[in-house]
Amino acid sequence: MTQSNWDLALSALGPILMGAIQGTIPLALVSFALGLVLALTLALMRLSRLRWLSAIARVFISIVRGTPLLVQLFVIFYGLPSLGLLIDPWPSAVIAFSINVGGYAAEVIRAAILSVPQGQWEAAWMVGMSRRKALTRIILPQAARVSVPPLSNTFISLVKDTSLASLILVTELFRQAQKVAAFSQEFMLLYLEAALVYWVICLVLSTVQGLLEKRLDRYVAH
Amino acid sequence: MSPTDTPLDPPTGPQPGDWTAPAASAALLTVRGLRKSFGTTRVLESIDLTVGRGRVLALIGPSGSGKTTILRCLNGLENADGGTITITPAEADPASGAAAAGTGTEMTVDFGAAGARATSRLAALRDRSAMVFQNYNLFPHKTVLENVLEGPVVVQRRPKAEVTAEALALLTRVGLADKTDAYPFELSGGQQQRVGIVRALALRPQLLLFDEPTSSLDPELVGDVLRLIKELAIEGWTMVIVTHELEFAREVASEIAFVDGGRIVEHGDPKQVLRDPREERTRQFLHRLLNPF
Repeated sequence: MTQSNWDLALSALGPILMGAIQGTIPLALVSFALGLVLALTLALMRLSRLRWLSAIARVFISIVRGTPLLVQLFVIFYGLPSLGLLIDPWPSAVIAFSINVGGYAAEVIRAAILSVPQGQWEAAWMVGMSRRKALTRIILPQAARVSVPPLSNTFISLVKDTSLASLILVTELFRQAQKVAAFSQEFMLLYLEAALVYWVICLVLSTVQGLLEKRLDRYVAH
Repeated sequence: MSPTDTPLDPPTGPQPGDWTAPAASAALLTVRGLRKSFGTTRVLESIDLTVGRGRVLALIGPSGSGKTTILRCLNGLENADGGTITITPAEADPASGAAAAGTGTEMTVDFGAAGARATSRLAALRDRSAMVFQNYNLFPHKTVLENVLEGPVVVQRRPKAEVTAEALALLTRVGLADKTDAYPFELSGGQQQRVGIVRALALRPQLLLFDEPTSSLDPELVGDVLRLIKELAIEGWTMVIVTHELEFAREVASEIAFVDGGRIVEHGDPKQVLRDPREERTRQFLHRLLNPF
């Protein structure tokens, strides 16, 4: 690599990191948090004895998982205005990513809840708990342990998927790299640099996942 | 509870040693016409049962006979299709003269009654009885002490300090004083089942239910658990025990009921039923159990 390439990479690092700090990371965190709330709601709807409630959740999950994230993003940002609903880039991205996470994580959470043995529900009822209390105190803590690895996958995918927000003009990591690349015509260099920053972020997340798993595994025989 | 009471004192007056006269103690549990089907399969035909206060009923019978379903109905884990379950605690007994209030009153759950919400009547049964499960069903993400406190503190909202002292006394008594902060996976099966029994006792139930409490245990660990249940019987706890341990039933139960095909085929004094059953089906069952080869 030439000296000027180094200088370019270094000078691009500032805007790219700013994009990560102001765009990618908060976008991923907020969308994931909202998405998890939606996912838990959908999972409980799916497990409900009320058929219609379960059916609504099933259809919603099917649509989310059966359509491309990019299409969902475009429908919200470019499609809704024709119905008179104009949403700014940032909230559009948060809505699209939350819905997407909600659809995928709902099935993870549903499976995790089902993986807790029926005897745990019965023991919770036996000591006098209501369904709600049994769920929050006995079932969900055990389901959480099981769902950390698959939910970590979802989160790591989400971090990378936020690059799609560059297409609806959200200032984030990849868009910053694109700007410098367009200006300098050094596409290979800048896109590899963006890839490297994504990779570093995901390495950190994998470490956090490991710590979380270790903490939640403390009551399980090894 | 006065400070001089030990935590293991049962809520009803103990009447130990009175094994042979069922009529001598007033009924704590009365079951009439209990029916249950799973889909088209009739699991309980029409069960009538009476268990006197401070007495121990052992339910024996082949697997699939319905004995565990009876127990699960008593704890409100199954919603029966018809029949009634009545629990009359000592305080509600006119003879005792004590003031009746809250769970101290007589309670009847009528499964045939229209309109009654299933969840509320099942919850009412769980307020009165506590179950010890075959597979322990301890909460794996909670320590031994937390397992015991969960019901009394979180559900019954009793003062944590008081319940903790009581729980520690119970755990000490069953030989688990040094395991209070352990997680269930760190315990042997026998230790886990003793925690299961303490968890049930800490709820201060009027009726203790045991569902094959030693069936999941290694043979050498069975004795500890059976000894503990026997102690509870002598202290006067009212209990219903589903068991395959005939020797244990003979020694601990005040009466025995042989269940087959969803009916109580024979009911009586344990020594009589086990030595000289009146019914041919009981005889066949005991013969198979005692002569497996």
